[in-house]
Amino acid sequence: MSVDTATVKRVAHLARIAVTDAEVEGFKAELNTILGFVEQLSEVDVSAVEPMTSVVAMKMKMRADEVTDGFYADKIVANAPATEDGFFLVPKVVE
Amino acid sequence: MNLALRTPDPKKLLKGATGDWEVVVGMEVHAQVTSKSKLFSGASTEFGGAPNSHVSLVDAAMPGMLPVINAECVAQAVRTGLGLKAKINPVSVFDRKNYFYPDLPQGYQISQYKQPIVGEGEITVDLEGGETITVGIERLHLEQDAGKSVHDQHPTLSYVDLNRSGVALMEIVSRPDLRSAEEASAYLSKLRTILRYLGTCDGNMDEGSLRADVNVSVRRPGDPLGTRCEIKNVNSIRFVRQAVEAEARRQIGIIEDGGTIDQETRLFDPSKGETRSMRSKEEAHDYRYFPDPDLLPLELDEAWIASLAEGLPELPDAKKARFIAEYGLSAYDATVLVDEKATADFYEAAARGRDPKIVANWVTQELAFRLNKDGKGIEESPVSPEQIGAVVDLIADGTISGKIAKDLFDIVWSEGGDPRAIVEARGMKQVTDTGAIEKVVEEIIAANPEKVEQLKAKPTLAGWFVGQVMKASGGKANPQAVNDILKRKLGL
Repeated sequence: MSVDTATVKRVAHLARIAVTDAEVEGFKAELNTILGFVEQLSEVDVSAVEPMTSVVAMKMKMRADEVTDGFYADKIVANAPATEDGFFLVPKVVE
Repeated sequence: MNLALRTPDPKKLLKGATGDWEVVVGMEVHAQVTSKSKLFSGASTEFGGAPNSHVSLVDAAMPGMLPVINAECVAQAVRTGLGLKAKINPVSVFDRKNYFYPDLPQGYQISQYKQPIVGEGEITVDLEGGETITVGIERLHLEQDAGKSVHDQHPTLSYVDLNRSGVALMEIVSRPDLRSAEEASAYLSKLRTILRYLGTCDGNMDEGSLRADVNVSVRRPGDPLGTRCEIKNVNSIRFVRQAVEAEARRQIGIIEDGGTIDQETRLFDPSKGETRSMRSKEEAHDYRYFPDPDLLPLELDEAWIASLAEGLPELPDAKKARFIAEYGLSAYDATVLVDEKATADFYEAAARGRDPKIVANWVTQELAFRLNKDGKGIEESPVSPEQIGAVVDLIADGTISGKIAKDLFDIVWSEGGDPRAIVEARGMKQVTDTGAIEKVVEEIIAANPEKVEQLKAKPTLAGWFVGQVMKASGGKANPQAVNDILKRKLGL
């Protein structure tokens, strides 16, 4: 599997990262190197191995249904560039 | 798949300019799980809090915060699966669905993709006219709700409130088994009833607890599936019906004019009664699902599932069957009574020890009419099951006539009180003294010789006499006695 210029631009866009045309070629080479490295893993036969879902063999912990958090809107919006009445303000997202 | 099993029903086909069309509908319903706290955080799920007050640092996606799953939300999903006669998957997996939007601070929604908690099930749906259809459920999965963006407060800014962010949703996906607008709305209505019985979702559509994405396509009967459009976020059962109708008509129009349907996401505009395209995103969705590394697989214990199954309430289909078998009700009355659990409970309380059919009539007609007129739910009924029962008892033992019973019901509705005491205090007892009734009958006959003459040619005029006698007695004469005496006196 190898990455082309269009894929690099698409991935950058999906991640909302601005990438100039000049940078694309460099990223393309880097991504292909990384993928090539990962590709080596496919040489190992894992057909008889259970997929690993965690490095520690344990069941997922669950919590009881209690309200134990929240009620601090001031803290939630404390770092926001713009707020009003406890709302986050963001550039308008509909036309 | 049920696709092949349903033969197109000519009555359900839509007439186009060039022939008949079959509508095919499938639905994805988002149901808010009834729980005190969120799916992965301890913040409150209560509706209508001050902006960002029901938000934890987890919901706001602050760095380093980790999700911990709410056991009750899992239990609610399992209960719902059991209620939909569905397969419960002992192992399911949470994935990240990646997209950018200001009301999704994580940059991804935690959802379930390849391995949902609940697999295939089904819902039985009753339609108008007594028809029953079975609608396949493809899956049910747990996921997080997003926050809310308010766009109308400012010319250049949107306001974001994360109170809903992280609230547990169940996405319930049906098979494309629905074949008309009516079937689609009946399906959503039945699903809502089941959820409310189970107590796993309050079904409150005004508050957004239940929203439907409706997939609509059309085809010639017998043809393969057509290209579908998805109508997003339809928030009432009535709108589902209107949206399917409008969308099917739109698609038929395009195809008959030689066009083709573009697969796209649309919105239903209830004020115009039409669907319109949502501005197409600059590209197709690419959610890049992958297992959430913060969460282990969700493993369910067989014994725990069994204990949840044990605790399920009687569901609407079972209750309906019991009402028909135990009380001898018609399928129609039973369907109406079980639609809301509160109505079924009210009915059973009132019917205890009485004629169940007569009580059913009072609950489904007189009471339902008054509740509807005053915009009240059965929980707010000013008339209690005991009071309705007492009215029925008074008719049954001949104390009052059916007509007086309605007046009595009105009094109990607006003033309250013990029906038996009201009848005593206001002299509403029925006159069964035949002597007294005979006297009234004789007076009326004597006063209307011309009507008596006409009666010979027109026997239906007997009804007029009955009316006159009832009127003269203030509605209190026993109608059966009036009929008998009139027949005798007039020689009918």
